[in-house]
Amino acid sequence: MLAYIVRRLLLLIPMAAGMVIVTFGLLLLIPGDPASVLLGQEASPEAIQNLRNALGLNDPWYIRLGAYFAHLLQGDMGRSIFQNQAVSEIIAGRLGATVELAVVALILACLIGVTLGVIAATRQGSIIDTAAMVFAQLGVSMPVYWLGLLLMLLFAVTLGWLPSIGRGVPFPKAFLAAFSGRPGVLLDSFSHILLPAFALAANSAAIISRLVRTAMLEVLREDFVRTAYAKGLRRKRVIVRHALRNALLPVLSVIGLRFGALLGGAVLTESIFAWPGLGQLTITAISQRDLPLIQGIVLTFAIIFALVNLVVDLLYAVVDPRIRLG
Amino acid sequence: MEHAEPALAVSDLNVEIVGENGAFPVVSEMSLSVRPGETVCLVGESGCGKSMTALSLLRLLPDSARVASGSIRIHGEDFLAMDQRRVEDFRGDQIAMIFQEPLTALNPVLTIGEQIAESVRQHRKVGKREAFARAVKCLELVQMPDPERRARQYPHELSGGMRQRAMIALALACEPKIIIADEPTTALDVTVQAQILGLIADLQKRLGTAQILITHDLGVVAEIADRVIVMYAGRRVEECSVYELFDNPLHPYTIGLMGAVPHRAGGIVSARLTDIPGTVPPLWDLPKGCAFAPRCPGASARCLEERPPFIEKTPGHFAACWEHDNG
Repeated sequence: MLAYIVRRLLLLIPMAAGMVIVTFGLLLLIPGDPASVLLGQEASPEAIQNLRNALGLNDPWYIRLGAYFAHLLQGDMGRSIFQNQAVSEIIAGRLGATVELAVVALILACLIGVTLGVIAATRQGSIIDTAAMVFAQLGVSMPVYWLGLLLMLLFAVTLGWLPSIGRGVPFPKAFLAAFSGRPGVLLDSFSHILLPAFALAANSAAIISRLVRTAMLEVLREDFVRTAYAKGLRRKRVIVRHALRNALLPVLSVIGLRFGALLGGAVLTESIFAWPGLGQLTITAISQRDLPLIQGIVLTFAIIFALVNLVVDLLYAVVDPRIRLG
Repeated sequence: MEHAEPALAVSDLNVEIVGENGAFPVVSEMSLSVRPGETVCLVGESGCGKSMTALSLLRLLPDSARVASGSIRIHGEDFLAMDQRRVEDFRGDQIAMIFQEPLTALNPVLTIGEQIAESVRQHRKVGKREAFARAVKCLELVQMPDPERRARQYPHELSGGMRQRAMIALALACEPKIIIADEPTTALDVTVQAQILGLIADLQKRLGTAQILITHDLGVVAEIADRVIVMYAGRRVEECSVYELFDNPLHPYTIGLMGAVPHRAGGIVSARLTDIPGTVPPLWDLPKGCAFAPRCPGASARCLEERPPFIEKTPGHFAACWEHDNG
């Protein structure tokens, strides 16, 4: 087990290197120049050229890539061109918000997806089944920014129940506050995260619900489910303990992959809800052509995604005794 | 024992499958009774309604099938009229089932011990630890080697024979009065088959359960049965004691089945194996007369037109055939 984890962690290194090269290549291909953005439209060509020289942007690509790798090996992601701050510091300041949003969205997606999937499967062909699958179809096909705006319109503007934008106190701090007698802080954090998390979760919830439904329908036909009934177990227990546990195995690996989709979706969700996370930062960085910052963010996303999938693979071995890692 | 109340009495049971083009029968006019300590074998080819009969006895028919009419009585109580709760209380406690394929019939993500203990906890007011101890006891009873350790293992970690022992232990967990075994040895090696059959017979003698054993294997029947019911195309075609069946089979289908089993007489294989020509007719398209008539070597015009009644031909020996009509 430990050897397996170490090997997977070592595999992160070539993956990250590949990621850096691909991002670097893409940034070479897209038009736009940080120097002209920085100096504005009225800047003289000489001034722009001077700045490009100062930023090292006129060096050949292999020298720039090599320099980036050299710094990266020392744990240095470079400095942001626009914010005059180390990229690692900027990312560290924003990472918490994005992880929080993605994790809450993932929990929501699992809760909604699994519940809908199980209900639909156990009442196959009923109105509830159809309704759940219509919801799933909507969730899959509705883009996150569109859903986000609709939610905001309904719950924030029309009903006024929830705040439309911004973030409350970070959850770890909010929990501490709640424990020391100020539950209002936690409530405020919840009310802020609810809309963006739901908008972000909808797509994954829909996909998970369809998967769970299919897997459940298959498992409910298995012999061991019949054995469970033959033992005299109640229907609820058979469905949860015997059928669902087996149906979740194929879903688990998909949940890991969905986390990647959630990080991607966070870019749009955060911009709509003014959520101060990495997603919002990504949009700013790309529009400014802040190359080191873009590189740093992409690298961070890639590593988080890889780590989450490692955790999922480990969980897999815990949940399914037939799987041996090695 | 001979005249004890039947533990399980089925009368005139009809099971049908509801398809897109309406319903067709899979089990027709099935009646049987089993007394405590008795083993009744249901014999027939695949698709003759044996397994459907077995599943209906636990009210575990698949969604597409249903009991159309008839009655099932367990210790005199009407099982088909019971509400869902009571049925669940009966399953596993009064009447248990040993399934055919222990690998697929056991849950792959729960240990053997957990699965047996779960049944105990469903029917007895015991704690977790006590239920697990009971599970280990059951595994010991079915002669599982190293039961303490095996109870903590998952089905895929056991051999086929051990899995079937675990399956039997699961059925025995609450000491049911009636056990239904659906082809319990089909998935096993021949040597293991003999062990498992010996075990089932031995446990049944000791615990005095009423047992229905479903098989297509006449060797198993000879080994274990007290009485035998031969089924064909969803109906009984012959019923008698096991001795009578082998000494004096009446129905041509039974005789055909026996011809298809290798016999040894005086140390040499006595005759060439024979087969029954043709195949079982599809249940949704049964012939008008006797279902076996198209394959029967002695079929007459009457056999094709009229279905023979299932009647007592000689004392204790029933058959459905126009031959042997006068005893």
